[in-house]
Amino acid sequence: MIVVDKVSKYYGVHPAVHNLEFRIDEGECVGFLGLNGAGKTTTLRILSCLLLPTSGRVTIKGLDAEEAPHEIRKLIGFLPDTPPLYPEMTVRDFLGFAGRLRRMEREAVERRVPEVLSSCGLEDVAQQTIATLSHGYKQRVGIAQAIVHEPKLLILDEPIQGLDPVQIVEMREMIRALRGQHTILLSSHILSEIQQTCDRILMLHEGRIAATAAEEELAGSRGKRIRVRLEVRARSVPDHSEGGPESALRTALRDVSDVLEINVSKQSERSDVWTADLSLGLDCREEVAQALVKAGFGLRSLELKSTGLEQMFLQLSHQGGEKPGTSSEEQAS
Amino acid sequence: MNSVGLIVRRELSSYLKTPGGYIIASFFLLISGVLFNVRAVGSSARYSLEVLQQYFIDAGGVVVVACVLLSLRMLAGERAMGTHVLLFTSPVREGDIVLGKYLASVIFLLVMIALSLYLPALIFVNGKVSLGHIAAGYLGMFLLGCSTLAIGMFASSMLSFNHFAAVLLSLMLTALIVSLLELGWWIGQVSEPPMNALISYMAPYMKHFHPFRRGLLQLSDLVYHGSVICFCLMGSTKILQSQRWR
Repeated sequence: MIVVDKVSKYYGVHPAVHNLEFRIDEGECVGFLGLNGAGKTTTLRILSCLLLPTSGRVTIKGLDAEEAPHEIRKLIGFLPDTPPLYPEMTVRDFLGFAGRLRRMEREAVERRVPEVLSSCGLEDVAQQTIATLSHGYKQRVGIAQAIVHEPKLLILDEPIQGLDPVQIVEMREMIRALRGQHTILLSSHILSEIQQTCDRILMLHEGRIAATAAEEELAGSRGKRIRVRLEVRARSVPDHSEGGPESALRTALRDVSDVLEINVSKQSERSDVWTADLSLGLDCREEVAQALVKAGFGLRSLELKSTGLEQMFLQLSHQGGEKPGTSSEEQAS
Repeated sequence: MNSVGLIVRRELSSYLKTPGGYIIASFFLLISGVLFNVRAVGSSARYSLEVLQQYFIDAGGVVVVACVLLSLRMLAGERAMGTHVLLFTSPVREGDIVLGKYLASVIFLLVMIALSLYLPALIFVNGKVSLGHIAAGYLGMFLLGCSTLAIGMFASSMLSFNHFAAVLLSLMLTALIVSLLELGWWIGQVSEPPMNALISYMAPYMKHFHPFRRGLLQLSDLVYHGSVICFCLMGSTKILQSQRWR
């Protein structure tokens, strides 16, 4: 449905996005993940025909974004990072206006607005002016205006921005409910959001695609590395062990083959409780627990800190975007 | 209803539902009423013709200020609220957006100056002035307002960033353009031909409004205001179209 071919966008000499190349099929729900300034908003603005790329080509349903923007806009519903709402209008009037602006017939608007009010949970506030709504409701109205004309492609830029936890859950449910009816592009800098709503992830970093894959593939490309934090009491560790409890802890964990990195620290000078951050090649938490108990440590907690995808996101963000499938160890070698 | 009609209707409803429109209209009616009382009528006896001409001089100036403020509601206001994204991601041509927003403000201007008709009506009832003179003066005020609104549209289309500062900058830019055009008339008074004619010709108020207040309807003034409006609206459309490239 969408073909992005070597698209770059420069603001002066600064590249907002550089050489983007990807395809999105009809019905997919794709998440654009990246830190602030990664190029997500620029990419979505190019796809919604608000901006033209400096070079490259975008086609949506076979239509060129440069040559046929008006035709493409009929196919698109767009929610920018700040919902475009007229505060003095009532929710119902605003949705009617948005529908008519997208070339819907009056009869179609009259049929569609109640449907959208219902699907976005806005029936109770339909007659309220937008200025009086909470941020969460304004975001819902933003989504409602984007879907009122039943677009083929729905583009949502940071749809959960500024929402409280309850509103985030509600918004997530709403987006999930829209899957299947539209092709959805969604941007966020929050990984868990993308993980919970999208089929596929495009990870952007400094205007480039750092990784693109389904969530399972991304996790898999890192050998499913996970990070865990454990807390042990060293009271029953034999005193004669060379190097003390820290060395004993390292020795015990080294015997577990999938432990890749170990960082050990003591909680305080007087305490006999030690904390260790581990990087595991596979999820081998049971083996780690067994090894610690066998070595005489009292295991107080073992906590999963991050998944492979999370770790990869952090690595890409901090290290300037290494290629997926290449671990830090492989790079070092 | 086409896109232009849709935008006009929404804009007019916004003028009625928000305080901005009422504040500007009240400002115009209050200041022009006070100036009518203090400057046009005054404390000494005057011919009704002089009173009417003075009223048009004052009201014309107030129309310019009111229209500079009114023009902020057009593109700069949309940008500050972020609602321009809705318009520019809809299948609506940039020219339709410009025309729709402009026509709405022109209709508001028409209603606003129509509400001040009671002032010349007082002169008409108590003095001896012709209806034609009043009509010419009001046409002049209307055209002067339309030109100022078009200049305001053009100025705000040039500012592409989306902050409330854009509203302030748009106000300053519109005021600057209008002031520079008027300044041309004063410079024209002290400069040599043929430049003086060219420079002073650009002033919408000093050069192309004063014939109307005297009751004169000149083709050159109509052409001037028509040209300013067309230039500014077409320029705004082109600037908006070019913003996709920025």
